Amino acid sequence: MSHSEDKPYQYAVHHSEEEGKKTRKRIWLIFWVLLAITSVEVMLGLFWKEIGVNWAFVKMTFIILTVIKAFYIVSEYMHLKHENTWLKNTIIIPYVLFALYILYHIFTEGVYSEMMENWLY
Amino acid sequence: MSNTVSLDNKTAWAGDNKSPFGASYGKLMMWFFLMSDALSFTGFLSAYGFYRHYYGSLWPTAENVFTHFPFMHGDHPLLYVALMTFILIMSSVTMVLAVEAGHRMDKKGVTLWMLLTLVGGAIFLGSQAWEWSHFIHGTELGAIELGRGSFMLPDGSVELTKGVIARWADDSKEVLLLPWREVAGDVTSPYLQLTGQALAEAVQNGKAIHGANLTHNEYGHPLFGDFFFFITGFHGTHVLSGVILNFIIFVNVLMGTYEKRGHYEMVEKVGLYWHFVDLVWVFVFTFFYLV
Repeated sequence: MSHSEDKPYQYAVHHSEEEGKKTRKRIWLIFWVLLAITSVEVMLGLFWKEIGVNWAFVKMTFIILTVIKAFYIVSEYMHLKHENTWLKNTIIIPYVLFALYILYHIFTEGVYSEMMENWLY
Repeated sequence: MSNTVSLDNKTAWAGDNKSPFGASYGKLMMWFFLMSDALSFTGFLSAYGFYRHYYGSLWPTAENVFTHFPFMHGDHPLLYVALMTFILIMSSVTMVLAVEAGHRMDKKGVTLWMLLTLVGGAIFLGSQAWEWSHFIHGTELGAIELGRGSFMLPDGSVELTKGVIARWADDSKEVLLLPWREVAGDVTSPYLQLTGQALAEAVQNGKAIHGANLTHNEYGHPLFGDFFFFITGFHGTHVLSGVILNFIIFVNVLMGTYEKRGHYEMVEKVGLYWHFVDLVWVFVFTFFYLV
């Protein structure tokens, strides 16, 4: 990427007072988002029967909300969103590939689980 | 050799101070470590999800297991875990504020926010110890681990009872709920109710269980206990090492090490690790306690 060619890398980029103010505002905004999502999750976990939605829907909602939370933590708190494109790619691509690989095996090879009974117990 | 080029120690490995990733060596390696560590947790949680679905209603619901809250009586499902989650997210916020203060070379700010992060981590570790202790000791009521035998399901098929955990319907100990792996689609009545003679026999042949360890679990299938100890234990170990790392960096901040160095990148690096610990907990919270 062009910026690494143009200027030498510096340790821990410093920023000014005003920039700091903006960053802090963003940090707290994301905190409220994370808190809101967690509250929704807990409420849904406690009252899903009363609300009258089915469990499959609740489960999917939990997973989607968790991924959203993870996205905010990684992109903003861990600052990955603002890193060099190839730093992003070398972290995200291998992880997603391997995670999908594990899930693939669970969903496909999982059908053999009925046979486990004969050996496990 | 006349054409030998003498390399400067400082720039030889730094590529003329240019980094293809725009990040220092330490930060990059922290990211690689976290990525591989994330895969271990992915493996753990996937395995958990697999067995959780495989055993169906033999598997305890976290909602029925973790119902205690310190200094409060009665049932408070998930409340304490939600509080722990809040504490960890909060400590992630204080950590990122410490990093931000570091970017302004604000030593006082870094000290304050690092200290609060340490406190948050310590509270979380204490909470986890409390939760483990409750899980290990279990309830007064306990459960019955059934002995050898068999029972017939409404559809006529016969299941073995050995090792199945039957829980009491209530404090009166008059009804024992016997779970079985529900047949696909049938989730309406995954329990068989044992009363009278059948109940007496089950108690006679079975064993009363209180609490959980690696081989017995009063709340349901023993694998639940194993996964609980391994996943939350592995995560707790990460929290513990995170607190230790944070403490070392905190002492360095106090001593002015980074002030002298001219940058607080070390805070950023332990910050990455600390956020990762929070990130893992977000997933553990969902997949272990909610789903």
